[in-house]
Amino acid sequence: MSTIVQDQKYRNSQKRKDAFISTFIGFFAFVWIFPILWTIWTSLRPYSDVVSYGVFSWPKRLNFDNYFAAFKQMHILGYFLNSLYVTIPAVIITLFLGSLIAFIVSRYKFKFSLPLLLVFTAGNMLPAVLVYIPVFWMYIWVGDLVGNRNFLYNNYLGLILIHVAFQTGFATFVLSSYMKTIPKEISESAIVDGASVFTHYWRVILPLIRPPLAALGVLMTTWIYNDFFWALILVSQDSKRPITSGLRRLNGEFVTDFNLLAAGAILAAAPTVILFFVLRKQFISGLTLGSTKG
Amino acid sequence: MNTTAVDKKVRSRRSLSRNDRFTLSAFVGFPTFVQLIFLWIPALATILLSFTYWNGIRISDIKWAGFANYKNIFLNDTLFYEALKNNLIWLLWFSFLATPLGILLAYQIDRKIKGHKIYESIYYIPVVLSLAVIGIIWNFMFQPGGFIQGLMGRDIGNAVSIWGNYKINTYVIMAVASWRHIGYIMLLYLSGLKSVDPSLKEASAIDGATEWQTFRKVILPAMKPVNIIIVVITLIESLRAFDLVFIIYGSSTSWPLLNILVYQNFAGQGISMKGAALAVILLVLCIGPIIGYLRTVFKEDS
Repeated sequence: MSTIVQDQKYRNSQKRKDAFISTFIGFFAFVWIFPILWTIWTSLRPYSDVVSYGVFSWPKRLNFDNYFAAFKQMHILGYFLNSLYVTIPAVIITLFLGSLIAFIVSRYKFKFSLPLLLVFTAGNMLPAVLVYIPVFWMYIWVGDLVGNRNFLYNNYLGLILIHVAFQTGFATFVLSSYMKTIPKEISESAIVDGASVFTHYWRVILPLIRPPLAALGVLMTTWIYNDFFWALILVSQDSKRPITSGLRRLNGEFVTDFNLLAAGAILAAAPTVILFFVLRKQFISGLTLGSTKG
Repeated sequence: MNTTAVDKKVRSRRSLSRNDRFTLSAFVGFPTFVQLIFLWIPALATILLSFTYWNGIRISDIKWAGFANYKNIFLNDTLFYEALKNNLIWLLWFSFLATPLGILLAYQIDRKIKGHKIYESIYYIPVVLSLAVIGIIWNFMFQPGGFIQGLMGRDIGNAVSIWGNYKINTYVIMAVASWRHIGYIMLLYLSGLKSVDPSLKEASAIDGATEWQTFRKVILPAMKPVNIIIVVITLIESLRAFDLVFIIYGSSTSWPLLNILVYQNFAGQGISMKGAALAVILLVLCIGPIIGYLRTVFKEDS
């Protein structure tokens, strides 16, 4: 009997402790999300209200005018499309190239398999500033060579290529560790059946790696969409800017109307947040596949 | 390598048709070409250029400088030391505050406290935001007309500068940076915790271990690979910091970071290759964490 009472007591104290921790973390969570809520709130008010009645004034008007204005005055849609033109091809090419190397490394044991994988994985970790000076001049130089300075520089193609180069390493690594879990027998029977290397890749392996491809796809879409550095270096023409670097310009230009800027920021953030909530499982497994080996 | 293994290898290679060998070479060759052209050759070029003077226009203008750029940085550049200091502050703050907090949160949420699902989502949101957006969102807190200004009773007209206040701006920047980092660490750690065998935790609880003991003696050792990854990510993120501070301050030198200095030395003054030398210094600082990462993730392969 007494042990049960004691047990009950222990459980009660644990319950109280948990309630305390839960409240604390809940409060913390509110603090966490507050800046976002505040930005949304700001985006729904006209700037003139804030100026004349103060920061904490009760709103006279709440509407989506700033959002319409963001589309009209900030050309948010144009920036957003630029982001898409860069992100979508970059993700697809990265996954394609990554899957090729991963396929070779995990299915055909060559002497150079491990060094190759090492080089690709290490490439992903290089600091971007270590390569950007030569890359910049190379883009200009290639542009002059083909007679169009905006061939790579100031162009989607240049951004796509540099993202592909940087992200392929991570994709290769994640995909190869996934492919190693695919039983060898599948490959062996394909080879016995006389499948060519290409068929082996395209018909046998590719359908099997859909889960990590989806996970990486979500993760890389977020990363490339969120990229700021490369867009800053390689694009100077405003009409070609992806949304993150476009936002920076707007940040300078619309300091006098930050309610409008708030709407712009929310619009820029929306795609990745929505993507995350819709495909959360993929996003998390993409990150953890790379860091913990599944 | 014993002979049968070699034999096997030779046979397996011979069994490939010419077509197949072509496919294989293309499969390896094309991605490798992209990697070399856009990553490794430029990286090597930067290392070489860091020993030269060059304005970036004609190849023939490149002049050998020896260690002059490095000497210049180490002897004359006060901004470099300031940047180094700020990167170090970033590193210490992340290591001793942000990362442990992320781990603690992950641990508590893993225990499925009330509301853990909602909390988890909330803490993850900053992780998917770009640092550009994060900079702007936090501007709405601190800039004139922002929330914090309002709390201090200041309207747009009589606002005080928070980003420009050198007594507090370091803490403010670190707090904003942590906003994202804590969620990131939590995400990684939480998925690691989920893979720890629950019976381990139960067993230690039955043995009368306190929560802290369970965490230190049971969970932490079981999470070794994740721990290393988290240390590496903390190091790399601290060294690579750029976007957030750049968005807040523009390219000014208010709160220099190594990455911002590299950027400025290229975008601003093209005459020397000091930027390249700074980039190489950054690489040297990053090499430890990079090797640590590679060793961890490749351990199972070798």
